[in-house]
Amino acid sequence: MFRFAITRLLQAVPVILVVISITFLLVHAAPGGPFSADKAVPPEVLKALEAQYNLDQPLWQQYMGYLGDVVRGDFGPSFKYPGRSVNELIASGLPATAELAFYAMLVALIIGASAGVFAAMRPNTMQDYLPMSAAMIGICMPSFLLGPLLVLIFGIHLEWVPVSGWGDAPGDKILPAITLGTGYAAYIARLSRGGMLEILSQDYIRTARAKGLSESLIITKHALRGGLIPVIAFLGPAFAGLVGGSFVVETIFQIPGLGRFYVQAAFNRDYTMILGTTIFFATLIIVFNLISDMIAIWLNPKLRQQGQGDN
Amino acid sequence: MDASIEKIDEAGSSLWQDAWVKLRKNRLAICGLVVLLLLGLVSLLTPWIAPYGYEEQNLILGASPPSAEHWLGTDIFGRDMLTRIMYGGRVSLTVGLIATAVALMIGVLWGATSGFVGGRVDAVMMRLVDILYALPFMIFIVLLMVVFGRNIFLLFFAIGAVEWLTMARIVRGQVMTLRKQEFVEAAYSLGLSQWTIIRRHIIPNTLGPVIVYTTLTIPSVMLLEAFLSFLGLGIQPPQSSWGLLISYGVETMEEFPWLLIFPGLTLSITLFALNFLGDGLRDALDPRTSKD
Repeated sequence: MFRFAITRLLQAVPVILVVISITFLLVHAAPGGPFSADKAVPPEVLKALEAQYNLDQPLWQQYMGYLGDVVRGDFGPSFKYPGRSVNELIASGLPATAELAFYAMLVALIIGASAGVFAAMRPNTMQDYLPMSAAMIGICMPSFLLGPLLVLIFGIHLEWVPVSGWGDAPGDKILPAITLGTGYAAYIARLSRGGMLEILSQDYIRTARAKGLSESLIITKHALRGGLIPVIAFLGPAFAGLVGGSFVVETIFQIPGLGRFYVQAAFNRDYTMILGTTIFFATLIIVFNLISDMIAIWLNPKLRQQGQGDN
Repeated sequence: MDASIEKIDEAGSSLWQDAWVKLRKNRLAICGLVVLLLLGLVSLLTPWIAPYGYEEQNLILGASPPSAEHWLGTDIFGRDMLTRIMYGGRVSLTVGLIATAVALMIGVLWGATSGFVGGRVDAVMMRLVDILYALPFMIFIVLLMVVFGRNIFLLFFAIGAVEWLTMARIVRGQVMTLRKQEFVEAAYSLGLSQWTIIRRHIIPNTLGPVIVYTTLTIPSVMLLEAFLSFLGLGIQPPQSSWGLLISYGVETMEEFPWLLIFPGLTLSITLFALNFLGDGLRDALDPRTSKD
């Protein structure tokens, strides 16, 4: 287990290096410098600016310099917000995004897993069809549609919750969390239904039934652990999706998070900000994939042995 | 030559006939298929059957709720929403189809090569897929759109370039299991050439999963396009797509909710239809599902 974690961590290093290189080259291949959108600047000012951001050096030198900075955890200054570093901007946006992602994941897990388990208890009956149809709606309702619709109904017409903001008024975190979480709740419902169906047809469940255990005891004590493995394995990729989803949700609800900063940076062509955030997100996602893989292995003895055998 | 072609048709149709019988029993999937055929037909015929011109404005009318003249209402420039949704659908569906085709091509080629060649080549090719899997797609698409400008052709390519990974995995897995099957070994021992085996045995047998996964890729591609257009990084005006219409709808949803609801409904129904059809096809083409 420990060796597996170390191997995977070491494998992640070249991946992150590839991410940094691709992002760096892409951003530098972009037409137009970061200052070309501004009003015409005198050439000497432009030159001073370029010198300040090391843009006058050859590309490989810039690349090596940037790589060195990133290794030390420094993403450099922002192009569009003079005097602020990318690190500061990330640090100021991260708490809101992390909180949002956490609540959304909570919504997704609680609603999704319970709906899936509930459906799997009586397959091909109404108890199965109803939650699974709801899950289909959740999958086909993109967040940028669901969010505004929820705002329209619960924010504007019923006036139950604030329509936007983050931490300014009580209840303003409810709609964003639901908007972001619903799609994942739907996926998790389908995954946990499939997982549970497979487990419930196993011999050891039949044995438990033959012993006369109650259905609820069978589900909670015997089936859940195995049945939810597909869900655990999905959490890593789901997290990657949550980051992307946060772009939209943070834009709709005007949450000062990392996703909104990223979209703004994309519009402003704030190159260092784009570079820094991309690398930051990528690293985060790789780490979360690793964690979810490890939990899945820890839960599944078969995989645990394989993991040891592989390394 | 003629005889061999006939035989291929025969072998193919029995597999597909089986699937068709199973699919026909799945009412949801058939509903999806009908909805999609209708949508496709409407999109093809839009320039002739749209009730108004694409650029036709009526500034005096402004935004009006659904009425007998304008079934789905008009937007703030007095443009007919039904017409705009029809034209937007052409763009959305085109992006969905072309980007999926790009993903399909890369994925099938990559997966088939990897699975068929095997060994070290396979290891390297699949390792690359693993690496790409770990990358945050959304961010890379946003990045590509920023770097290369918001160009519709780039959009096809960018979306296709991130959606081929699962396809490659599926095809590789399929090819690898097929290669070891008795009927392929039998074909080898009969002295058939490798190309004949690929054409007669490998391709027809991978077709099922590929078709299923393609049906499921189209909605996710369309969703990506809508997502990007919503953020302002996808389709640019004067062109229009459902995602763009939704993003306009959101801006004015308080006063004119129909501008949000109708494009949203159209997109959702399309995604529904595609997903139901995909699920139905999977059940119909997968022999394992007949057990439960």
